[in-house]
Amino acid sequence: MSDTSFTGRLRSFADSDLFYSFRRSKTTVIASIALALLVFLAVFAPVISPHNPFDIAGLNLLDSELPPSWQEGGNPAYLLGTDTQARDVLSSLLYGLRISLLVGFASVILAAVLGVFLGLVGGFVGGIADAIIMRIADVLLSFPAILVALLINGVMRGILPANQQDSAAIVVLVLSIGLTNWVQYARTVRGSTLVERQREYVQAARTIGVGPLRIMLTHIMPNVLGPVLVLATINLGMAVLTEATLSFLGVGMPATQPSLGTLIRVGNEYLFSGIWWVVIFPSATLAVLVLAVNLIGDWLRDALNPKLR
Amino acid sequence: MALLEVENLKVEFPTRKGVLTAVDSVSFSVEQGEILGVVGESGAGKSMTGAAVIGLLEPPGRIGGGQIRLDGKRIDNLPPSEMRKVRGRHIGAIFQDPLTSLNPLFTVGEQLVETIRTHLPMSAADARKRAIEWLAEVGIPAPDKRFDQYPHQFSGGMRQRVVIALALCAEPRLIIADEPTTALDVSVQAQIIALLKRVCRERNAAVILVTHDMGVIAETADRVAVMYAGRLAEIGPVAQVLQKPSHPYTAGLMGSIPRIGPRPDRLIQIEGSMPRLTDIPKGCAFNPRCPKVFANCHHNPARTAADRRWCGRLSALRRGDAMNAMPTSLKTADNRTLLSVKGLKKHFAMTKPFLNRLIEKEEPQSVKAVDGLDLDIPRGQTLSLVGESGCGKSTVARLIMGLSTPSGGNITFDGIDISRAPAGSPAAVRQRMQMIFQDPYASLNPRWRVRDIIAEPLRTYGLSGSREEERREVDRLLEFVGLNAKDGDKFPHEFSGGQRQRISIARAISTKPEFLVCDEPTSALDVSVQAQILNLMREMQRELGLTYLFISHDLAVVNFMSDWIGVMYLGRLVEVAPAAELFNNPQHPYTRLLLDTIPDLGMSKRDRTPAAGEVPNPISPPPGCHFNPRCPLANDRCRSEAPVLRAYANGGRVSCHAAEEGRGPAIVPAGMEHSTQTAP
Repeated sequence: MSDTSFTGRLRSFADSDLFYSFRRSKTTVIASIALALLVFLAVFAPVISPHNPFDIAGLNLLDSELPPSWQEGGNPAYLLGTDTQARDVLSSLLYGLRISLLVGFASVILAAVLGVFLGLVGGFVGGIADAIIMRIADVLLSFPAILVALLINGVMRGILPANQQDSAAIVVLVLSIGLTNWVQYARTVRGSTLVERQREYVQAARTIGVGPLRIMLTHIMPNVLGPVLVLATINLGMAVLTEATLSFLGVGMPATQPSLGTLIRVGNEYLFSGIWWVVIFPSATLAVLVLAVNLIGDWLRDALNPKLR
Repeated sequence: MALLEVENLKVEFPTRKGVLTAVDSVSFSVEQGEILGVVGESGAGKSMTGAAVIGLLEPPGRIGGGQIRLDGKRIDNLPPSEMRKVRGRHIGAIFQDPLTSLNPLFTVGEQLVETIRTHLPMSAADARKRAIEWLAEVGIPAPDKRFDQYPHQFSGGMRQRVVIALALCAEPRLIIADEPTTALDVSVQAQIIALLKRVCRERNAAVILVTHDMGVIAETADRVAVMYAGRLAEIGPVAQVLQKPSHPYTAGLMGSIPRIGPRPDRLIQIEGSMPRLTDIPKGCAFNPRCPKVFANCHHNPARTAADRRWCGRLSALRRGDAMNAMPTSLKTADNRTLLSVKGLKKHFAMTKPFLNRLIEKEEPQSVKAVDGLDLDIPRGQTLSLVGESGCGKSTVARLIMGLSTPSGGNITFDGIDISRAPAGSPAAVRQRMQMIFQDPYASLNPRWRVRDIIAEPLRTYGLSGSREEERREVDRLLEFVGLNAKDGDKFPHEFSGGQRQRISIARAISTKPEFLVCDEPTSALDVSVQAQILNLMREMQRELGLTYLFISHDLAVVNFMSDWIGVMYLGRLVEVAPAAELFNNPQHPYTRLLLDTIPDLGMSKRDRTPAAGEVPNPISPPPGCHFNPRCPLANDRCRSEAPVLRAYANGGRVSCHAAEEGRGPAIVPAGMEHSTQTAP
């Protein structure tokens, strides 16, 4: 049982109830394959993509507005066609996916770290610290998330000098999405912390004389991270969507460094002139990505819930 | 023909790792009007057997074989709609928790009337009359008023009475009572047992009484079936099984129960613990733990139909082999006080929200969990605190360990005042005192390896030395508490309850403390495992010279462990005395009440008169002596003036006006009567 070697752990994972329920859920398996494929494409975008969409020298305006290769007038060199600037849609899409996923993961990690810490402090210390953290959380929750993200985004853009705004766009996005989403983590972790701190093992640690910070980090935290994992998975989809929304509204990634949302915004303008491929392919990718992540999140939530097993 | 016949019953649970057999080839019968006790440790399959009979197995559990016949008609294969007609009408059920077996949204009257009218052809008015009769029958005062009240307006014991009325009101001929008294306080337990017994006798209803408590069986049952790992170990008349057990498991189980009377140095212990369903041994399921095991036991156990005993061995283990009654005298070597508590108080304020306080201007209420407690614990001895739930005994433990701050009074440890010091400080004192917790499943961090759990106190107090030294020390501790050094690398969930409690003990003694607070350390364990832990604790005391504050609600356990016993009632100490004195010559009426609730394993058929009443709400305890509403000796002084602890002749102290004035009858308490009969 307690084989500590890597293969031993791998074997005990393959034997675990979690893996069993994973294998039994076909939807989840398909969603995981789709997500793995998208992550792979995003990570290796510079290697895979047939063109470099940011290399202005490589663009030939004669190739602009080409339809996908299987359509009449398509060019086999541009599988999914080109946009009005003659950029390859497939290549921009891969690079855009890369940025969308980067922003998604980074903001989820930021939100989770911040939320777990604040939730632990609130639940364990209680009193004034708890009251302050939770009232801030209540205020944030009383506005739609996208509004809060817009606000934080606007404030930060106001602070930054204009010439740095484009280069700092990723950081600004991660911060505005992360600072909006920590509330759910904090609430969840605070709830479990309130339960765990009453458990006898925490009292045992107190009678031994373990300090509060150590109790919080070494005893309570490992026991409250289960739900956080589920939340983080579900939130990844939300974060990618929020990024796309912000970019679509024009306050996210600039057109020189497009994310999926930016691509959709740009392509949207040409939709009615019949150039549908510029907007459809990024939109479909975004939909598949978010659906896959949410399906995995739903499965994880059920699989880790002993009541639903 | 017997009322109920169960033949080769098999209950299965399909899982992805194969089909688990929770109950295997169980056969028994119940006659009209008979009380059959089904006893066993947790996981023995006793509740499962009861659930199978009444057709309430939780899916995916299913009956995998055998027959259940009621009045000769098979009921194990009835469709659910037919089974519903049998349930309630022919078989009634009483479950463990009276809080959850009544619907909180309906009055008890509605629930009774519904049950009666579902099963008996009766008008609403007649049913109401019948329901009120039933409430009176089960001892609910003013039944016509109580009829329209909701379950939350009843106390725990009263609720269980209503549940009994519910089970019996459709006049079934068989009652299945699954741990009917386990959730109740000891003094209420006795009332409920007596009631169940009387009501069923009067109606000639048969009862299958499922319980883990041998005492309840001894008091109630006509015959008893002992179950182990899903099989029957032994079945027979209760006197025979309990006093001349023929199966080694029954014998070990009986010996492992602590009793009242002269205290032995060790309890009989059965090694190991009940196998999990996934790895039940071949042959006789008990063979790995059996002291009388021989070759045959590893194949199928011989089944001796004549005396209904499922053991391959003919010779039986004689009970009391190791139970040498050796009354240990009070140790006199070192009587200096190690821990002293003076006037200790803990009041919990019931504060309302700010606005309510502002507007309603009510006096703030408080619960006096501990209200002026004086205790001295001599070095190297054990002082036990006993009392029913809510009496404040666990709060005392928490106060001493610094887990909560007292509202008043002092705690001194070896002359050092630690009353206001938080847990763990000052380190020099706190490392000399450690605590063992009640729930072995909650007191170990599930994400830590056992090695780290045991080493944590060492690391915290900077005693661990090098990694190699720490490793050796943890190995030594593991072996000292009867585990294997290899176990250090496992996680807590890989251990059984008893083994976890050993880990908990190893952690507590790792800093070489002098003083251990043990808060109900065995109440979550099965009796055979309890015996192992109690023996270990006694050995530790002898070898390491430990001083214990031992907290328990079980007087027999307390008798085995203690030099001194303190009895608490609603936050106050009512009597404290040397253990033998307390059992031989109790002074306080409440102590006598508690002693009287100890179920009688000696089968003397002593007619116990269960104490009346229940513990009142601690928010508004009665004025004067808190015990006065339940006390047979109470007079006006008791109702107005709180008594104080005063020393009496034999070294103890008691707080009772009646004892002080000599009003108390000098009765010989029940506790001693049967101890002389049971001690071999």
